[in-house]
Amino acid sequence: MELWTNGAGLSLTVVLPLVGAVIVGLTPRASESLQKVVALLTSLATLAVTVGAALVFEYGQGAGFQLGTDRPWIPGIDATYAVGIDGISLPMLALSAFITVLAIIYSWNHWDEPKNPKAFLLLILVLAAGMNGTFIALDLVLFFIFFEIVLLPMYFMIGIWGDKTPRSVPIFGITMETRLYAALKFFVFTLFGSAFMLLGFLALYFNADPQTFSIPGLIAQAPALGALPFAGWIFAGLALGFAVKVPMWPFHTWLPDAHTAAPTVGSVLLAAILLKLGSYGFIRIAIPVLPEQAKEFAPAIAVLAVIGIIYGSLACLAQTDMKRLIAFSSVGHMGFVMLGIATMTEIGINAAIIGMVAHGVITGLLFFLAGSMHHRYHTREMARLGGNLALMPKMGWILSFTAMASLGLPGLAGFWGEFMALLGAYNPLPGLDAGLFRGAMVTGAIGTVLTAGYLLWMLQKVNLGEPKAEWAGHEFHDVDRYEMTAWLPLLAFTVLLGVYPKLVFGATVPAVEALVQTAFGG
Amino acid sequence: MTFEIDYLAIGPEIAVALTVMAVLTLDLLLPKSQKYWTGVVAVVGLMVAALPLLQLVADGTTRTMLDGSWVVDDFALVVKALFLVSGYLVLLMSVGYIESDRYYEGEYYFLLLSSILGSLVMASARDFITLFIGLELVTAPLFLLAGWRKGDVRSNESALKFFLIGVLSAAMLGWGMSFVYGLTGTVSFTGIDAALGGLLADEAMRPAAVLAVLFVMTGFAFKISAVPFHFWAPDTYEGAPTPVTAYLSVSSKAAGFVGLLVVCYQAFGSAREIWAPTLWILAVLSMTVANLSALNQTNIVRLLAYSSVAQAGFMLVPFGAAAVGGADLGQTFSATIIYIIVYAFMNLGAFAFVLAATRRTRSGLISAYAGLGTRAPGLAFMGAVFFFSLAGIPPLAGWYAKFVMFSSAIGAGDTWAIVLAAIAAVNAVIAFYYYAKVVKTMWFDAAPETPDKDVSMVPGSLQLSLALATVLVFAFGILPSLADTLGRAAQL
Repeated sequence: MELWTNGAGLSLTVVLPLVGAVIVGLTPRASESLQKVVALLTSLATLAVTVGAALVFEYGQGAGFQLGTDRPWIPGIDATYAVGIDGISLPMLALSAFITVLAIIYSWNHWDEPKNPKAFLLLILVLAAGMNGTFIALDLVLFFIFFEIVLLPMYFMIGIWGDKTPRSVPIFGITMETRLYAALKFFVFTLFGSAFMLLGFLALYFNADPQTFSIPGLIAQAPALGALPFAGWIFAGLALGFAVKVPMWPFHTWLPDAHTAAPTVGSVLLAAILLKLGSYGFIRIAIPVLPEQAKEFAPAIAVLAVIGIIYGSLACLAQTDMKRLIAFSSVGHMGFVMLGIATMTEIGINAAIIGMVAHGVITGLLFFLAGSMHHRYHTREMARLGGNLALMPKMGWILSFTAMASLGLPGLAGFWGEFMALLGAYNPLPGLDAGLFRGAMVTGAIGTVLTAGYLLWMLQKVNLGEPKAEWAGHEFHDVDRYEMTAWLPLLAFTVLLGVYPKLVFGATVPAVEALVQTAFGG
Repeated sequence: MTFEIDYLAIGPEIAVALTVMAVLTLDLLLPKSQKYWTGVVAVVGLMVAALPLLQLVADGTTRTMLDGSWVVDDFALVVKALFLVSGYLVLLMSVGYIESDRYYEGEYYFLLLSSILGSLVMASARDFITLFIGLELVTAPLFLLAGWRKGDVRSNESALKFFLIGVLSAAMLGWGMSFVYGLTGTVSFTGIDAALGGLLADEAMRPAAVLAVLFVMTGFAFKISAVPFHFWAPDTYEGAPTPVTAYLSVSSKAAGFVGLLVVCYQAFGSAREIWAPTLWILAVLSMTVANLSALNQTNIVRLLAYSSVAQAGFMLVPFGAAAVGGADLGQTFSATIIYIIVYAFMNLGAFAFVLAATRRTRSGLISAYAGLGTRAPGLAFMGAVFFFSLAGIPPLAGWYAKFVMFSSAIGAGDTWAIVLAAIAAVNAVIAFYYYAKVVKTMWFDAAPETPDKDVSMVPGSLQLSLALATVLVFAFGILPSLADTLGRAAQL
């Protein structure tokens, strides 16, 4: 079909949400149900397009990009509108389109103060356009644009609908509302990283011959680019931009604040998709374009990744706030993703991708749950919760199940990413220091124990035991229809990915094989 | 010397000059209640001035008059179009503002149009005398306009400071130019360029030549308010009527940059080793000092004043990058032009927003914007668009300006140019902080209890200027090739 050969199909994943956003923007503020329907329909249409793309996608073809196009956009700087997907971007695109629909369904009757569904839905749709765009972009300038576009809606989501409790700001010694602090910190951290990422992109462009921003074009020139005297600096610039987004320790400090302060749907989208933009950037751009430098930096990335795993887990054990605990768990989980990437092996990178998808599904669901519980208890203090299983059995069971998935229980989605990342670390790419990576593997394995530890600890505090006296006489209504509709698909995918990981591997394995072959010559 | 006049080549200037006279005459004849006609005539006159410009664009040949003193090439056409469009936007912003003030309407338009006429002359000037006349014609009417609200002490202070600095910079410029003339025996840019290389190579003449170049640079540094020659800007901007401030920060600054561009790349082409490192330092100082000063501003106009100084720093980055031997001068030149084009529309938009918002809040304080997102969502949306565009966030136009700026520095490939790019990158993040502060106040802070003073409709002309600026900021951001094509066509 023409739709898939001229790039129009993939472009729809960006255009449809934007059209939806414009329509929502034009509706009068009072007609909330119209806005909800428009948002839901456009996000469903986007998902349908993504599913269509997955159906016509040639899974056997490892190298090269499919369903895309390459058209003139800014001739003056040789930037083109180049889009396309391969086995690495397809699962990410699908995840993004999928989570967006669920976020809108969940929003149906869950509005954080000051409500204003029109603005909120508009921001979700703009965010979706940015996220989808990042996963299909094959031109560095286009990638940069989409990578940055996501900042604005998230900034407003945190700033307007975020947590209004005051907190003290370190260093400046002032007190301000959490949402304001978190929104600004989120934006400034990411902007700082991406400013240097942009400088790296420009350095790649000017040193390529012929000069190009095209990602496949630059990959084809990888040997020449890697031989540049300052190629290490270019890689460092790219890595800084991506590492802030992931976030890797020590650039992670924005994450707990942003996650905790964001409204529920904001946290879900942030955890499920936005963090992936960073690790995706490593796999899509940094490693294939500068493989030699990636190899040089790999031990450092691995060390930072395991520090992230251990630090994230220990920080979780110190939390009293349930949502903040889940936020810190992301630091640990993304540590496993980065460890997988750092091994530079097929198994490690596959682990990273399925780890990203699983984290998106599982942690997305955990943030939904944390939001819904806060909605009912009006607190996230674990000391005050307890006996949730008795008060709201459905909610309690879903929480237990999801926590089990998050700690990497075999048979559920979270298992593959952790297990294979550790497996990959045992045998990293030839030329990398195997001793160091095996050390990282052992430390990571300790991390999995700690992960199990803090999640079980959270379950014990929140779910088990007797309900606290202060809740006596309260009627809690258990999971409602909208919540169930949003969560069931996530639960289903948690199981499905656990027992049938080929759902992701079917797409990623050939593509990763080709990537590693091209980058490191087998 | 030949005195054949090519009337089409000075067509836009003639149209504006006729409008200036028409406004002055009308002002004399009209009764007080009918004075708004002067504004209408001014707006129409500027639009008519675009017709010969379009004819020149369609014609496409480079026209040269008066022994090369007056040149109408692609560069001149692009820059003139920019001055006309931004002048038009400023007029639209002025109409409602001046009407509601009790002061002289006719004279206001007369002076503003004279300044626009000066900027048109600047674009074609290719010798020091024409350039000097053009530049002073841009500046002199602004001394009066800055003090327009004569009952206001701040406005008086603003005008006086601006006048003193204006005279000082004119003196610097005049001194430097006469020195160059004395050394080279010519005022034409091509002639200077030919002679200067030899002078700089000559041990005995070199100090004098360097001094002359530096004096001219200093004069321009005042005009574009680069640090450390910027201290007049915040006070002048704050005291002047807001549409005049918008004009000062866009057209008048752009005129300074246009002068700097032609002088650096044409007249002083062989003195690049002198001006480029100088402007490298000015770029770093302007970005860093102005951004840090802007962080603590509470008044919106002062914030925009420091912002415009910092933006001038960003515009100087391509000049600084040109210090490197390997720099592609075409790239650095067009990077500055593209930056100016984009900056003009987003900054005019920001001032139009300030005008509209101040009608509601009756206060220059940023904190007075609290809750604007709920009180006037449409206006607050446009405000967010302009401020985030100034911060360089995609998909708004500002990102492309920053992009070409970084691109020119990285493209030069030398360590100093890359250091400059890195300093600019850090500054872009600092700048984001104070732009975001304004947006934060509008959208995140709770609205005050007191109701708005004036919730009547924003005047139609101001709405039009807001709408035009918003459309342009989105258009240039999503299809940057629009600004890019103009910027790259504009080569000397």
